[in-house]
Amino acid sequence: MSRKVLLIEDEPNIAEAIRFLLTREGWQVETHAEGADALQVIRVASPDLLILDVMLPGKSGMEILRDLRELEDMQGLPVLMLTARGQTRDREMAENAGVSRFMTKPFSNSEMLTAVRDLHAQATQS
Amino acid sequence: MATLNVLILVCLGYVVLLFGVAFAADRLAAAGKGAWLRSSLIYTLSLSIYCTAWTFYGAVGNAARSGLEFVTIYLGPTLVMISWWWGLRKLVRVGRSHRVTSIADLISSRYGKSNTLAICVTILAVLGGTPYIALQLQSITLSFSIFADADPSGLYREGSSVFWVAAGLAVFAILFGTRNLDANERHHGVVTAIALESVVKLFALLAVGAFVVWGVAGGVGPMMDRIDASEIGHWNVDTGRWTTFIFLSAAAFVCLPRMFQVMVVENTDEGHLRTAAWAFPLYLLLISLFVVPIAVVGLDIMPEGSNPDLFVLTVPLSQGNDWLAMLSFIGGFSSATSMVIVTAMALSTMVSNHVVMPIWLSTQGGSGSVSGDVRHIVLLARRISIAVIMALGFFYYRLSGGGAALASIGLIAFAGIAQILPALVGGLFWRGATRTGALAGLTVGFLLWIYTLLLPGMGGVLMPESVLHSGPFGLSWLRPQALFGIEGMDPMVHTVMWSLSLNTIAFCVASLLSFPSPLERLQAAQFVNVFDHSVAPRGWTGSVAQSEDLMIMTQRILGAGPAHEFFQAEAEKQGGRASLPEPTPAFLERLERELSGSVGAATAHAMIGQIVGGSSVSVEDLLAVADESAQLLEYSGQLEAKSAELTRTARQLREANTKLTQISEQKDSFLSQVSHELRTPMTSIRAFSEIMRDTDELSPEEQTRYAAIIHDEALRLTRLLDDLLDLSVLESGRVSLNVGDDTLRSVLDRAVSSTLAGTSKTLTVRRTKAAERIPLQTDLDRLGQVFINLISNALKYCDADEPELTISAHDVGGHVVIDFVDNGSGIPPGSRSVVFEKFARVGGDKAGGAGLGLAICREIMQRLGGEIMYLPGQGGAAFRVRLPLAYQQAAQ
Repeated sequence: MSRKVLLIEDEPNIAEAIRFLLTREGWQVETHAEGADALQVIRVASPDLLILDVMLPGKSGMEILRDLRELEDMQGLPVLMLTARGQTRDREMAENAGVSRFMTKPFSNSEMLTAVRDLHAQATQS
Repeated sequence: MATLNVLILVCLGYVVLLFGVAFAADRLAAAGKGAWLRSSLIYTLSLSIYCTAWTFYGAVGNAARSGLEFVTIYLGPTLVMISWWWGLRKLVRVGRSHRVTSIADLISSRYGKSNTLAICVTILAVLGGTPYIALQLQSITLSFSIFADADPSGLYREGSSVFWVAAGLAVFAILFGTRNLDANERHHGVVTAIALESVVKLFALLAVGAFVVWGVAGGVGPMMDRIDASEIGHWNVDTGRWTTFIFLSAAAFVCLPRMFQVMVVENTDEGHLRTAAWAFPLYLLLISLFVVPIAVVGLDIMPEGSNPDLFVLTVPLSQGNDWLAMLSFIGGFSSATSMVIVTAMALSTMVSNHVVMPIWLSTQGGSGSVSGDVRHIVLLARRISIAVIMALGFFYYRLSGGGAALASIGLIAFAGIAQILPALVGGLFWRGATRTGALAGLTVGFLLWIYTLLLPGMGGVLMPESVLHSGPFGLSWLRPQALFGIEGMDPMVHTVMWSLSLNTIAFCVASLLSFPSPLERLQAAQFVNVFDHSVAPRGWTGSVAQSEDLMIMTQRILGAGPAHEFFQAEAEKQGGRASLPEPTPAFLERLERELSGSVGAATAHAMIGQIVGGSSVSVEDLLAVADESAQLLEYSGQLEAKSAELTRTARQLREANTKLTQISEQKDSFLSQVSHELRTPMTSIRAFSEIMRDTDELSPEEQTRYAAIIHDEALRLTRLLDDLLDLSVLESGRVSLNVGDDTLRSVLDRAVSSTLAGTSKTLTVRRTKAAERIPLQTDLDRLGQVFINLISNALKYCDADEPELTISAHDVGGHVVIDFVDNGSGIPPGSRSVVFEKFARVGGDKAGGAGLGLAICREIMQRLGGEIMYLPGQGGAAFRVRLPLAYQQAAQ
């Protein structure tokens, strides 16, 4: 069973690191670095999991998440959000927007993998 | 013949009678009864204090000496009363409406309430009055001596009798003139007493006259024959003397302090003047009726050398008619006492009001708020003044030796007091008369009177004979009795002519030349047009007042609640059950006080005046209102200024607060940005270092690549920290500049080569090196840093296929301008304003910059005294750097 993750992140080095980690876990990893057209990309890719950066060129991760949760068929998509700002206000905003998991950069690789596994398990159970 | 003891007893009895009359009149007046006390008859009789002992005894003496000339003394007042009663009415109206207390008060009030003038008039009045009082003392003493000569006991001593007479008169004047302080200075008791005395002296003189005509001469026919036979009967008119005397007596009638007292101050009704206009001349006619017969008979029957001044006494005595002589004595005594009492009262009012009280008040620390009861001090001042004035009269009498004829002393006093006339009449009828004019006229007239009449008249005591005969310092044209070489004139005529004419000229000229103060102008208008301004009584007479109107007005000023409460309380106080109080004067006064707390005294007075209608609003009221309004305006102006200041302060505070909030937000945003910029490279470093640590099966290529990423991100972190530190140093202003000299060209050379070295990207840099030979004196490294930043920006962001950067420089009057223009798509207009802000990211900045470069450039250029700006309209991204050729410390 193929598991697909979509990673939206504008820092190429971070994207490369996550791709490396998740590929080894058996995920099919797609990446995208723009905020503006992110919603379309998500629709096209139709991933099992979405990893979303907050600070994106064009449109912020917060807005993308909010718009995403408006869509009927995207209610159940697990979303892991990453931010480099790490302020409590950002975490609250993300939770209100309907985030599944919120992580502050820098994170440890095991932390990332655990989160991805948990989210996937929850999604498949329900 | 009556003994001296009988005489003294009669005098005492007479005085006790006067006391009784005065006391009873005061009681009646206080009880509000006795309207006759204020009748025109009493008023007319009181005017006859004009006829003093001088008239009583002196007229006969004068007739015996100079024939019919004595008539002039009666003609003056008669002419005034008959032909100038309208002028007197104006005087009375002015006096009453301004509540004038004396002639000095009137003059001072007219000329802008000048106390200097009041003091001048007071001094003049005291100096003029002193000989006159002495004259009365002399007449009483002389009449005593007539009886004393015949007294066998020989107890009489002239000196002591004068003293006791003076002391007795002083006591009487003090007792009745200063019993209480009335706002209008009216003394019903005294006026009634002197009216009685007028009757007594007229009756006495008529009785003596009748006795002489029918008892001695044997009827009217024989009497006329006797007169025709004597020299007195011949009309021997010296026109100069007659005119002078008529004029003098007329002037004195108006100006004498005691006449002013009874005519103006004690006047209770203007209408009385109508009666007095015919009744007073009639009185004068009656009192002068028998002067000539008595003089003629006296000259006939009395031994050679007897004093004609005393014929009124000696003729009845010589005929053995003791009782008639006694009556005559009482008549003379009456004339003297009434004159002395009223004069002392009038003068003491002037002295205490204009001399003593100002001095006393100024010794009270000048704190204009003597709120305590000063009545007893005023009364004490008056009593002492009376005593001093009487003492002056007494000493004048002792000094002058009592030798001069009665008539001449009287005339000297008249001439002195007449000096007030120009200022008085001018003040009433000429608006242009000023204080300076009045002072000049009074001074000139007064000095001339002293120099030409008073001093020569006192014998060689105060003026050496040499001065009299050949002038001071031998200047003959300054001889006191022949000024400017005009000789041969009668001394009295000479004095009156010179003093009054020069007085009037000085008054007019000084008035025309001087400029009146606003108060003077106001008073002038009020005095001259006194009949146009209706008399404003101080107390309110609310007979026509509408309580409802007052209520409405009060509501507007105090507000509905307080106004209602006030009126309710007042209505209850009056005991009525009506909700509105009756507009009684007391209520109106309380209302005025209440209102004046809110709108000021003058306005309150004017407003109530409007409604009550008892008085229209006078010019003075309006001016007072204007004054108050001006004060209110000034006050509200101050309030406005204060309020504007507060508004300004509030705005400044608001601005400061906004700025602080902005700075705080900027700080938060900055920290958040810094956090982001630090965390991003650290995320990569951590992720890849964990991958390398935890993953065994990494290929050598992967290992190399991931190590390179870690290295690059570490460098990026370092650069970021360097920039942050640099910016912090530059922003704090603690940067130390290292100023050196070089050309622009070499600075640019170094910047270009160091930027382009070690990069794989291509950028063509176009320069006009010839134009770059501009010598600079600045921090060359910092300037280079700016150039490197701009060139590397072009290197990083220029999106043209073949990137080009054109650097052009030119010298503009003390400054050098360097433009950096590339051929890319430039910065979108919306972002141009923020490119110099910290962490500004234009578009997707993937070139690894933290967005601090241009912020650092801006700070550097500011330190160097220049600037950096975005240059729109150049096709690509364009920046302009502007820099002074020589670095100036002040530019920091």
